Amino acid sequence: MVNSPILQMFARSPFKPMQEHIVKAQESAAELIPFFEAVMKNDWNTAAACQQRIAELENEADDLKRDIRQRLPASIFLPVPRTDLLDLLRMQDKIANRAKDIAGLMLGRQMQIPQPIQAELLGLLQTTLMAIEQAVLALRELDELLTAGFRGHEVDIVERLITGLDDLEHKADEHERELRSSLFAVERDLYPIDVMFLYQVIQWVGDLANRAQQVGNRLQLLLAR
Amino acid sequence: MDIIAQYGNIMVIMACVFGFFMAWGVGANDVANAMGTSVGSRALTLKQAIVIAILFEFAGAYLAGGAVTETIRKGIIEPSMLSANPELLVYGMMASLLAAGVWLLIATHFGWPVSTTHSIVGAIVGFAAVGISVDAVHWSKVGSIVASWVVSPVTAGILAFFLFRSVQKLILDTENPFANAKRYVPYYIFLVGFIIAMVTFTKGLKHIGLHLSWLQSAGISVVIGLLTMGLGMFMQRNIKIDVDADREYHFTSVEKVFGVLMMFTACAMAFAHGSNDVANAVGPLAAIVGIVHNSGEVAQKAAMPAWILLLGGAGIVAGLVMYGHKVIATVGQNITELTPSRGFAATLAAASTVVVASGTGLPISTTHTLVGAVLGVGLARGLAALNLKVVGTIFVSWIVTLPAGAILSILFFFMFKGIFS
Repeated sequence: MVNSPILQMFARSPFKPMQEHIVKAQESAAELIPFFEAVMKNDWNTAAACQQRIAELENEADDLKRDIRQRLPASIFLPVPRTDLLDLLRMQDKIANRAKDIAGLMLGRQMQIPQPIQAELLGLLQTTLMAIEQAVLALRELDELLTAGFRGHEVDIVERLITGLDDLEHKADEHERELRSSLFAVERDLYPIDVMFLYQVIQWVGDLANRAQQVGNRLQLLLAR
Repeated sequence: MDIIAQYGNIMVIMACVFGFFMAWGVGANDVANAMGTSVGSRALTLKQAIVIAILFEFAGAYLAGGAVTETIRKGIIEPSMLSANPELLVYGMMASLLAAGVWLLIATHFGWPVSTTHSIVGAIVGFAAVGISVDAVHWSKVGSIVASWVVSPVTAGILAFFLFRSVQKLILDTENPFANAKRYVPYYIFLVGFIIAMVTFTKGLKHIGLHLSWLQSAGISVVIGLLTMGLGMFMQRNIKIDVDADREYHFTSVEKVFGVLMMFTACAMAFAHGSNDVANAVGPLAAIVGIVHNSGEVAQKAAMPAWILLLGGAGIVAGLVMYGHKVIATVGQNITELTPSRGFAATLAAASTVVVASGTGLPISTTHTLVGAVLGVGLARGLAALNLKVVGTIFVSWIVTLPAGAILSILFFFMFKGIFS
């Protein structure tokens, strides 16, 4: 048995697992692209397989989240406020959750996407995914931020990435607005309950971008001191 | 008087065995705390760390271990109280060695972060206060030793905080950390060489017949600092920016430059550790040898023989070679969060604090000082996650170790008294 206070002092770092967690969340959201394509082709077998993968990735993200929380009892001293870090983790996790919601709802109702809005919906999804990827890029700087002690030049780099993330979220907002009006233009020809749920899906896809932006905001809070 | 004449040689041999065993324990266990940070930061391989530990623990013990040994030997107890029956001091010192050794075995078995220094000081105070008389203890000296146990981790923490903040300001937080690392790291290396040399020359070395004035010491220390700086610059000359490695983690090349610095601070740490902790083992031995060789004269002024420090140094190295390397490997493998840029700040702060304490003759805990230094780096937002529970455990170990060492040494004291008289 090694009796070394020095050894006992070093707790496992939560920062690497934080990065792994957001990558998992991003991967689960990225599965939505093949999922949407399958839905638009009415290929429900492929769609079900995609939904399965999304659910698995979301599960893995959940496990990581639990693991990170367990290793952060109040007696752990971190270079950033512990509550802010846990808040960031919660936001990251919400991305995966929403991806799973979207896939679950669309598969469950075997939703039909009307031809006129298909391209636009894919466009919104792509912009949203770009925002999530930008959040991953910002989080990837976390170990460099740690080395720099959350100060100086590294902070500027991350601030720039977060500004980029904000821009992408605005773009996603615009897409969402345009998509709503496109759907509004054709909604009279569709079955009303389907339309309700289409609006819901549009909102949820937009949510993905919002949550990516929230991740950026929480990261910014970690830096502000 | 008769007792010493009769059993003097047996007593010295027993004391040598106990002292060697204590030094062995220091080498087997404590060195790992001093060297673990260097191995953990991947700046040194295990083999390099062991070679450095062997050389510098020994050098520290021999060259700068004198002052603390003197404190343990005759700083804690008032010798004039003992001139009537000096054999009591011999029993007491043997009891202290045995008590501290036994207590460390118990503590290691249960995994408590107990300090060798605290055990031996507790043991000496214990036998002196109970076995001889409460007035036999230099309470003011004991007070300042105990105070230094609080002051030393705090000082190391503050030093580490500012060292690491300076590294952030000068190197890590700049646009071009690599170029700045190459520019400023040699100055830190100078600091390492200078501090160690300065303390050694001003406070140690008298026992090997070297008497230098303060100014001479300062001059030689500057030269030694410059020499280490030159060696460091030579070692870092071939470090180039590794673009591929930096893409994944931007500070890879920068940390390589700090790796060179870390090698020097590892040497300093081993030196500091040897200079302070050897006394725990050989201080009581020196007291016993002093009495026996002067046939019962307690308050003699003659300097202690150099072979005692050599024996202590040899004991540390033996413990290190036989067992300590395994502990270093375990500690090193598990401290993965410590990169050279932080490891150096913590180690240099701790080493400087310890070596100054060694020069002043204060027996402190190297491990606790290093814990304070690591916390200092943590407060500068330099470390990923620190377990603050350790600080609590250390406090508890302070409170438990002093009485435990005292009680054990009182028991052994009366045991020896019964055996010999």
